[in-house]
Amino acid sequence: MKELRLMKGNEAVAEGAIRAGADGYFGYPITPQSEVMEYLMAQQPEKRTGMVVLQAESEVAAINMVYGAASTGKRVMTSSSSPGISLMQEGISYLAGAELPCLLLNVARGGPGLGTIQPSQADYFQSVKGGGHGDYQLIVLAPSSVQEMFDFAFLGFDLAFKYRNPVLMLSDGLIGQMMEKVELCEQLPRVTHFDRSWTLTGKPDGQERNIVTSLDLDASRQEIHNQHLQEKYRQCKENEVRFELLNTDDAEYLFVAYGSSARICQKAIQLGREEGIKIGLLRPITLWPFPAKPLSELAPRMKGILSVEQSAGQMVEDVRLSAGCGVHIEHYGRMGGMIPTPEQVLENLKKLLITK
Amino acid sequence: MDIKDIIKPENLVYQKTPLMTDKTLSYCPGCGHGTAHRIVMEVIEEMGIQSETIGVAPVGCSVLAYDFMNVDMVGASHGRAPAVATGIKRCWPEKFVYTYQGDGDLAAIGTAETIHAANRGENITIIFINNGIYGMTGGQMAPTTLEGMKTSTSPYGRDLKSMGNPLKMTELLAQLPGTCYVSRQSVHSPRNVRRAKKAIRAAFESQKANKGLSLVEIVSNCNSGWKMEPVASNEWMVEHMFPFYPLGDLKVDGKLVNNQ
Repeated sequence: MKELRLMKGNEAVAEGAIRAGADGYFGYPITPQSEVMEYLMAQQPEKRTGMVVLQAESEVAAINMVYGAASTGKRVMTSSSSPGISLMQEGISYLAGAELPCLLLNVARGGPGLGTIQPSQADYFQSVKGGGHGDYQLIVLAPSSVQEMFDFAFLGFDLAFKYRNPVLMLSDGLIGQMMEKVELCEQLPRVTHFDRSWTLTGKPDGQERNIVTSLDLDASRQEIHNQHLQEKYRQCKENEVRFELLNTDDAEYLFVAYGSSARICQKAIQLGREEGIKIGLLRPITLWPFPAKPLSELAPRMKGILSVEQSAGQMVEDVRLSAGCGVHIEHYGRMGGMIPTPEQVLENLKKLLITK
Repeated sequence: MDIKDIIKPENLVYQKTPLMTDKTLSYCPGCGHGTAHRIVMEVIEEMGIQSETIGVAPVGCSVLAYDFMNVDMVGASHGRAPAVATGIKRCWPEKFVYTYQGDGDLAAIGTAETIHAANRGENITIIFINNGIYGMTGGQMAPTTLEGMKTSTSPYGRDLKSMGNPLKMTELLAQLPGTCYVSRQSVHSPRNVRRAKKAIRAAFESQKANKGLSLVEIVSNCNSGWKMEPVASNEWMVEHMFPFYPLGDLKVDGKLVNNQ
């Protein structure tokens, strides 16, 4: 029998983490994602599964607790919102450099600076183009429903351990705060076996000790390490692209949108089709690796492509790189925590791509 | 009699702990770090906990501590070792977790992590090397630099009015209910080495008994940073550092000692 529950996005990801067999959560309160830790604390997962939940003194401490905990080979995570995620960037770079798996969640809000507490997608560049220092990549998942907030906790941990790399769920205040029906799956057991090739479990007698670090003062060895990371990212690009297509078979115009914007575009497609405008949607599920190939295949069939984001236009750069020069590409978005309506999206498709 | 005739197991009076690797130490000759490393490792060997211990290296002169300490180790970012140790200890509560940090790491950039780990009573051990200077980056002023002390960023001496006061982190941490054992030692003489080792043992025993955070500060010299000969730097340390950073236990078994 299906286990259905009406949940907030922030609660769903917390429940997902418990059921995915997470060992630890370290976080610091910030709107609009505080329900993640509130839900975990209320659930007392140390009694349910043995999962540890700790409120840190800052986002900086939280990400470094994640770094230490991840070095033990356990499944650990943190969550925050835009300003807090900015604070964590140094630690995220260390996690990527030391090749430690973990799950990160950004329930993004409007910026820059303290900005606002309303939803935003202006952290796209930070998420997919680096964020911290050095040549590294995060695997970035973009949930567009409360169900995906739950499901991606599982997928996120799986990908993190498959590639020994941090995985970031880039959500936003809209997906985090809204309530939807969620189908819950069974509790997974917590992992009890630790890969001694890299985890810190205490040096067994007669075996070599393990060292977890991102430091190598020998530049030639550091370059080799970087080449290894790049090879890992190449494999990830080849194997992990995820996306969803909606109404693209007969489409003449294409929306490219992720997360909450993809939900708004679904309604805009319906409104457009009522007026006889054939619109489809490509929804990237992985923002990195970006679904460049499917977009490049769709693009030549389109009269125009509209990248819809709650930002000044960030993902549109990847849309342009992927789709090439042969097609008319525009961006439409609102900023600072404002959410576009489906009517505004459709109106701008007409204005920017049709009547022009 | 040839020297080879003397090298026999029955004549052995002392040997390097196997918990120190054979790698040549990266520290300046005369520096206290090497001795501090050795006695931490000797305590872990004597307690028989090598296979249950995870160490956290800082950023600073001892950034490469994991090259010398033969236990599982992780390198933390600057100042965050107590947070990293917290993450490890919460995941492995039954294992021994320690950090090894300098004064810049623990008392400047990592002040928040240090105080909050102590205040939560994290059941970890902190080894805190205080030489009043940033050694690794070339001798800049540290939070623990004494009044009037010349460094590359206080070339006319530390001026309290514009540069602030030297910070007594160990006294501050001893006040917190989360700390169980807090001690200040040095490693400049055989007697002090023995005392420091005893304090480190007490700190790890306190962790074994799940009593909360234990911390041993080791006031040490930095002959390169202080621009002195090693012996002269130790004499200067005794004369100037010890009056401001007095040696001895500050807190034992959760209770403050004497006038603390």
